[in-house]
Amino acid sequence: MSNSVLFKSSIAKKYFMALTGLFLCTFLIGHLLGNLQLIFKTGEEGRRAFNEYAYFMGHNLFIKVLSYTTYIAIIIHAVDGIMLTIQNKKARPVNYAYNNPKANSSTASRNMAILGTLILVFLATHMANFWWKAKITEEIPMHSLVKTVDYPVGQNPATGEMITKPIEVTHYLNTNGTYQQFKVKDPSTGQEQKLFEIKNKHEFYDITSGVKIGEGYKDLHTVVMTFFSKENSSALFGVIFYVISMLVLGYHLWHGFASAFQSLGLNHPLYTPIIKKIGMAFSIVVPFLFAIIPVIIYMNH
Amino acid sequence: MASKFINITLKIWRQRNTNAKGALETYALNNVSTDSSFLEMLDQLNEQLINEKKDPIAFDHDCREGICGMCSLYINGRAHGPDTGTTTCQLHMRMFKDGDTIYVEPWRSRAFPIIKDLMVDRSAFDRIQQAGGFVSVNTSGRTMDANAIPIPKADADKAFEAAACIGCGACVATCKNGSAMLFVGAKVSQYALLPQGKVEATDRVLNMVRQMDEEGFGNCTNTGACEVECPKGISIENIARMNREFLKGALTKS
Repeated sequence: MSNSVLFKSSIAKKYFMALTGLFLCTFLIGHLLGNLQLIFKTGEEGRRAFNEYAYFMGHNLFIKVLSYTTYIAIIIHAVDGIMLTIQNKKARPVNYAYNNPKANSSTASRNMAILGTLILVFLATHMANFWWKAKITEEIPMHSLVKTVDYPVGQNPATGEMITKPIEVTHYLNTNGTYQQFKVKDPSTGQEQKLFEIKNKHEFYDITSGVKIGEGYKDLHTVVMTFFSKENSSALFGVIFYVISMLVLGYHLWHGFASAFQSLGLNHPLYTPIIKKIGMAFSIVVPFLFAIIPVIIYMNH
Repeated sequence: MASKFINITLKIWRQRNTNAKGALETYALNNVSTDSSFLEMLDQLNEQLINEKKDPIAFDHDCREGICGMCSLYINGRAHGPDTGTTTCQLHMRMFKDGDTIYVEPWRSRAFPIIKDLMVDRSAFDRIQQAGGFVSVNTSGRTMDANAIPIPKADADKAFEAAACIGCGACVATCKNGSAMLFVGAKVSQYALLPQGKVEATDRVLNMVRQMDEEGFGNCTNTGACEVECPKGISIENIARMNREFLKGALTKS
């Protein structure tokens, strides 16, 4: 019986809401630190740093586990929220003809469901615009390949030297949009040759031997820069939508952060005021930093 | 302070019975003393209605001293009206101005069905209380003196503050989710803080929360409206304590 209580009861729903909410707060910090690399480093250095970071995030096992936990947390948070909202609406079948809720509670606290729904809408567009390109589709420019690969015994296609052990191979790929047509430029001769083909989205295979020699980076930096660049006609709309969504997120966190601690039973005369202050700071600083990134990109590109 | 007399317009929810469709009715009431309580004002209106051979308005009341928990009323969009820390019986007409229009509605909650007009059935609270809101004491004549058990002053004070709950249902009425967690939190806390209550604390919280859910109350979203409107100033700290007690109970009880 006690096991089912942890899933069915009204208080258990609060625990799930709180735990997933707080987990998603930590996700926001991680995501933000990644995004900030888009503005802290500029030019080719910034492009490489961001793409390497994105590659790491997509391939590190620990991060992978974390990312699947994030998907699950989002789903639980949303489904639990929808269930709570339906039950709460049912609990008052006839509404007050005259109500004055401003007198006793904050706007954010009373609108968590609608704020959450707006965030979900943003999330859907956000995933379609970026996550889909990062994780699913192959139609995305590739970045230069810098990988340590276990190269087969034979000639290094770039230098012509004989190779007998794993080495770091640095190839410069000309990316002109369609990744199939990339060419390898030998830095010593300046000649371009097609030596590789790409299989399984971003794995590079030597054409002559058919051996996998490395993996390329998806050029997500360029995807983001193009999306928010002034040259893109829909960028202004994208930037405004992004900024408004972050405002919504801020409102959601304004109530949600401290509320999660209360739901978990953590209410203390000394610590609760501190938690509330941290929650307010978090709900302002994190969405603000998220929001200024596309604005800066828009202004600079 | 000299008393004044004001003229007011009342918009009051009239509903013949639980299943009937209700509606707001408008009444004009003149010469209301600002020294009268809100319930005395309704008495005055009812007298007027009776004189006009109309059905008087049904509303709950008992002690009229702010301690019994019988009076209710959602006045101008707020439980127990615009004053804080008072029940409707202790709300006075000096809180209103001449010419004011005052909306009066019953508590609105699926778990509190309307009996008639402004009266609601709050027996859901009784059933929650019966599910665990007590301590099992042997009353065969050799009952131990409660004062023989030492209790830290801070705990006794907190238990007392929680026990100040009069079960009026304002928390449910004002909560946008129609949640009863402030009531149940207060009742759970009142016992969980004291040595006599700790013995049965686990069963108590599990049973009371189960009953609360069965009654069809909504879920708490921590808006904090309940503690603002509670006539006894019960803190939502008690809800947090209930959440802790429930987690403890759910994890340890097999």
